[in-house]
Amino acid sequence: MTTVAAQHDESKAQYFWVWAVLLLLTAVEVVLAYRQVFQPVEMLEALMTLSVIKSALIIGYFMHLKYEVRPMKWVLMTAVIACLCFMCIFFADAFRIVELGVR
Amino acid sequence: MGDIAVPHGLAEAYEPSLFGTYSKKIGMWLFLLSDSLTFGALLFAYSYGRISNPQWPTPFHKESILNATVMTGCLLSSSLTMVLAVLAARRGDRSWTRNWILFTMLFGTAFVLLHALEWSKLIAQGMTPFKNPWAATVPQFGGTFFTLTGMHMLHVTIGVIYLGVVALRKKWLPTLLLLWLVAWWLTSPDNVFHIGVHVLLLGVVVSGMVLFLKPKDYDAHDVEIAGLYWHFVDLVWMFIFPLVYLMSTRVTG
Repeated sequence: MTTVAAQHDESKAQYFWVWAVLLLLTAVEVVLAYRQVFQPVEMLEALMTLSVIKSALIIGYFMHLKYEVRPMKWVLMTAVIACLCFMCIFFADAFRIVELGVR
Repeated sequence: MGDIAVPHGLAEAYEPSLFGTYSKKIGMWLFLLSDSLTFGALLFAYSYGRISNPQWPTPFHKESILNATVMTGCLLSSSLTMVLAVLAARRGDRSWTRNWILFTMLFGTAFVLLHALEWSKLIAQGMTPFKNPWAATVPQFGGTFFTLTGMHMLHVTIGVIYLGVVALRKKWLPTLLLLWLVAWWLTSPDNVFHIGVHVLLLGVVVSGMVLFLKPKDYDAHDVEIAGLYWHFVDLVWMFIFPLVYLMSTRVTG
């Protein structure tokens, strides 16, 4: 197997920390949902915020995007930004139906 | 750094990549970029229905949420073992690369089994892609749920097969064939997975074609690319879990 030197400092400890934070955030999500801490709309916002934080940790550390060059980061972030834009359009329209009905 | 070696003296003739990395990795990132839009569409279809229908079913009681939480733990832990496999591959430690990948496959298999159990329970309660026993006015619940989670389950299964090819190469084929036979034998003919397990047989055929038509020693780059795919599968679940399960929790159940 070819040995490939990493172009950045990596330690096992940082991956264990990321894993622990991801598990902790998952536990927070479950507690929020199961105790019905927020009303549905606020709950959706809270859960999506936590999910975006978790996905940023996975993309940045586990998928090593943090260590890629700037053009790579920008090209790949277009998909994430597109998804978030779609989310703003679709979710807002779904709320409109609840409040105004189907027209 | 592709598969074909550039003859000595010609390397300088090529401009360095704009993305500062090897072409196979860029290819996998671009595939994941397109796949993220596919999953985005399925997630939005489910969530749109969830938000716009006040009668949307909330069938996920304590046992289901606990099951989905354990599944999430399995995927997060598999991502940790995968990144440890990438580190071992970079060190050139072949033995630990294989071991960490095998742990990843174990967590991935546990995820698929738990998910199949969850599906079987919902189907036993009368849920199909076209109707559900909880809200007759919301028939799209089953369709959007099974499409979204089924697509993800398929990705995890393909991921386990892919990792098996990278870690075990030709030794993986008889193991996968045995897994297919056992899974087919253990599921009753009226179970949806009695047909679904044929994905494993398809995996044997495709893996066999890859391993026999282009035999190679998978290096650290191949492990890293397989890792990218695996982390993406984990990433998608980070949105499915809250949107599908946590937003449809039945507290009283």
